[in-house]
Parts: sequence; C-alpha cells; structure tokens
Amino acid sequence: MSRVPILSLASVEKVYKTGHHALKGVSLEVHQGELFALLGPNGAGKTTLIGIVTGLVKKTSGTVLVSGIDIDRDPARARAHVGLVPQELSTDMFETVWDTLCFSRGLFGKPKNPEKLEEILRDLSLYDKKNAKIMTLSGGMKRRVLIAKALCHEPSLLFLDEPTAGVDVELRRDMWKVVDRLRRGGMTIVLTTHYIEEAEQMADRVGVIHGGQIVLVEETSTLMKKLGQKKLFVELEEPLLALPEALASAGVELAAGGLKLIYTYDAKAEKAPLEPILRALDEAKVTLKDLQTKQSSLEEIFLNLLKGTNQS
Amino acid sequence: MNTGAIIAIYRFEMARWFRTIAQSILTPVLSTSLYFIVFGSAIGSRIEAIDGVPYGAFIVPGLTMLSVLTESVSNASFGIYMPRFSGTIYEVLSAPISSLDMVLGYVGAAATKSFILGLIIMTTARLFVPYSIEHPLWMIVFLLLTCVSFSLLGFSIGLWADGWEKMQIVPALIVTPLAFLGGSFYSIQMLPEPFRTLTLFNPVVYLMSGFRYSFYGQGDLGPTLSLALLAAFGGACLALVLWLLETGYRIRQ
Repeated sequence: MSRVPILSLASVEKVYKTGHHALKGVSLEVHQGELFALLGPNGAGKTTLIGIVTGLVKKTSGTVLVSGIDIDRDPARARAHVGLVPQELSTDMFETVWDTLCFSRGLFGKPKNPEKLEEILRDLSLYDKKNAKIMTLSGGMKRRVLIAKALCHEPSLLFLDEPTAGVDVELRRDMWKVVDRLRRGGMTIVLTTHYIEEAEQMADRVGVIHGGQIVLVEETSTLMKKLGQKKLFVELEEPLLALPEALASAGVELAAGGLKLIYTYDAKAEKAPLEPILRALDEAKVTLKDLQTKQSSLEEIFLNLLKGTNQS
Repeated sequence: MNTGAIIAIYRFEMARWFRTIAQSILTPVLSTSLYFIVFGSAIGSRIEAIDGVPYGAFIVPGLTMLSVLTESVSNASFGIYMPRFSGTIYEVLSAPISSLDMVLGYVGAAATKSFILGLIIMTTARLFVPYSIEHPLWMIVFLLLTCVSFSLLGFSIGLWADGWEKMQIVPALIVTPLAFLGGSFYSIQMLPEPFRTLTLFNPVVYLMSGFRYSFYGQGDLGPTLSLALLAAFGGACLALVLWLLETGYRIRQ
C-alpha cells in the first residue's frame, strides 16, 4: 500500500451557528489505496468531517487537501476526486437506476460512458435492475444504488458514511463484501462506523474521533497488538475456597463460585506470560477441566479509549 | 463552467415535469381555459371593449401572464426545495458545480417549462377568443424574460423556505395578489385615484402592460419602460439567488 496521502486535514475546526464545537483542530492523513475506518460514537464529528471534505459543510478554519488540491482554492477540482455515499437513503425514488447513474455522472461533467456504468452495476449485482424504478428496490439494493452513484464519476477517494447503520445482519455482511471488492480494486475508502466489528474486519487503519478530536490513529493490527489484552480462563474440576498466594499475587481472580480462574495479561509481552501462572497452578495441585484464552476486541479497546478521554 | 452538470440538472428537471405531465400542463391549461370560458366568452361578451379591444381578447395576455408567473414561481421553488427536503441535494452540493451552474440548470428548466406552458395557453385561448399578436418579437422577449425572472424569484423562495408552509406563503400572499391587481383583467386607466397611482408600485403592472402592448400595440405604460423594469427585477432576483447560494444559506451548514 502506498503511503502517499490522498487526503490531508490540518487543524480543521468547525463551530456551528448554534455554538456547537463539532471539530477541534482535527489533523489527519488518509493514504492512497487504504481502507481507513473512522470510529466514534454518535455526535463525535464523523459526519461533519466528511461534510467538510465533500463540500456539504463549511469549515471554520484549517486546511483540507484532496489529492494535493486545496478545497478552498479549487473546490471544483478537489470535489471531482471524491465520491460520497451518505448515511441516509437519499435518492429520487421515481427515477430508474440507469437514469440516476447518468444524472450522477453528468453532475461531475463526465462524458457518457455506458460501458463504465454497466461495469459498476455488474460489480454491485444491480445490472438486472438497471431499468427498475428505485422505489421498487429492496433496502439493500437502494444502498448499493447509492454506492453506484458515488462511483460512476470514477472517484479516487470514496466516503462511506455509516453504510450499515440500521441494517440487518445479512445486509451488513452483503455490504462488507461490496466494500471489500472495492478495496481490492484499489479504491481509497474512508468508512465511518460505530460498528467496531466492521473496522476490525476490514480496515487497514483505524482513527478514533471523540468530542470533535482525533484520539488515536493506528494500523488496525498494531492497535490490536498494542492495546489488546488477552484473558486466560481456567475452569476447575473442584471449587477453590481461596486463591493460593502465588496466583493471587500474580493478579489471578477467582470467579464462578471458585470454579473459574481469570487471568488478564498483556498480549504484547515478549516472554511467555502464562508460564508462571501454569507453574503456580501445578504447584497448588489444582485439577484443570478446561483452558481458554480470549483476545480483547476492538470494541473493548474503543470503550477503554473513550473512558480514558472522558476522564482526562 | 460545468456544462455537463448544467445539462444533467436541466434534463433531470424536465424529466420530472414530463413524469407529472397532467399536473404540469393540463391543470394550468384547464384552469386558464375556464377563465376564458367564463370571463372571455360568457361574461366578456356583455362587457364593452377596452381601448377598442374586445374584452375576451383583452384578457388573453393578462391570463397568460398570470399562469406563467405562478407556474414559474411554483416550478422553480419546488425544483430546488424538493431535493433539500428529501436530502438528495447532497449530490449536487458535493459535485464540482458552481452557483451559476446550479442556477442555469434549475432556473433554465423552470423557465423552459413556463415558456412552453405560456405558448400552450395562448394556443388554447385562440380556441375560445379571436386575437392577434401585433409585435411577436416583443411578445417572445416579454414572455421569456418573465419566465426567467419569476423562476429566479421562485428559486430564491425554494432556497429560503424551511417548510412547506413558507413555500406557499410568498406565492399565495404576494405573487397571486400582485398578479390579480396588476391589470390581468382590466386596464389601470379604469381605476379611480388614488388606486391608479398606487398600482404603479406593483411591478406586475409593467410586465402586464408590456405583454399586452406586444399583442395589441397599446398598453398602460410604454414597452421600453416595462422591459427595463422587468430586466431590473430579474437582475435583482439573480443577485439574490447567487448570494443565497454563495453564502450556503440553509443548504451548506
């Protein structure tokens, strides 16, 4: 993956007329060809950030470059590089799929290219619906039409604003497949979501925004390694009345009426962190029934991060 | 200038018009025909000629203008308010389109619709009352300028309104009364003072007068003055629309 930034935000501020300070000095870079997941709770500033880059929201201050083009100096040229799939199903329901795509391509001043539109529709499994009115399509298809509309001017940067918000599990999986295909095709994607599972499964890098500030930007795998904790669950044949001293001093907890031991450890530890625990169990002559380890999810990491920011 | 975008918006708006052809054309044509039947053929035959023009023929330019005015305002305001209301405006705002491109696309389409409607109404009127057009070029210029300037007014209403009620307020409380009191059905010379002087503050009087001049070679006021004032009104509306778009008033947060 290239490290060339396709999107750069420097000290971007947004204060709405109501006085709401939505973005507080946001600086961020998105690299060409990556899938960047912007995570944050409702009201964190995700949609405001997208709105500023796509021209829907006027920023108060700061600089935004799209493919090196300043959105203040040459907004039209900058916008030509960007595709936007909004959160809401906003499209003219009385139009046909084909007509709405032609309209979207036309808005970007691109000459007609039926082959390209056909390719997009086929990729999104919509080709057989090209003459159908949008109002007759299912919710999942309507969402794919919005993606097709955003792609038909051949953008280099695609914003997906909570594409799976409020959709059922099957549709969400379907959407993930679509996004994955786009990424494999080399598209740079910025995905906002509050479904952590989405980011964990698909994103190359994760940015966490909270209270209008970027709290963290990290590669997903590194983030999991750096902040991920593992838990060891030990099920016992017979209940323990009290923890042996060696286990208690290592931080092991007793649970389930003495039938379970829980040990939380750092997954990034260099040397076998479980060895002293297993030795202590052996010395205590405890009979084990089962052993399990569990990696903490991005969701837990996210919640811990937010807790940390709220406290500070 | 993004010509492709202007064409895309224009085509989209025209397609919307054709999709609702009954509402777009038949409704105004039918209501205007009823006016012609009642005021032109039925009552008109008992009203004496005004400045030598039979009453039925006298009201043709006025009634055409009345429809063109209201349809221009309605078409243009609805054209921009609907995407704002449904949220589809995001697509236009996030595309590389200038304010002028937007105006040319939306207002161009609204003015075209009204212009076609005006021609259809004049043709329909010919079925009920005989009339002639003495200065066809003046007629085209007045009709076109009215379509454009009142579409610009409608577009600014569509940008300003933040609810359906406001969309109705300006046409119902300002445009329709001004159009009715602007000499659609009578010559302002028929009014007693002070109403004759007061009515000169109604901008619609000038375009009614100018349009009637193009039909019968006579109007309450000179055609050049009418044309100049109509052009000034259109210019002011254009400036207002561009200012609203550039500041992002109610469309860009």
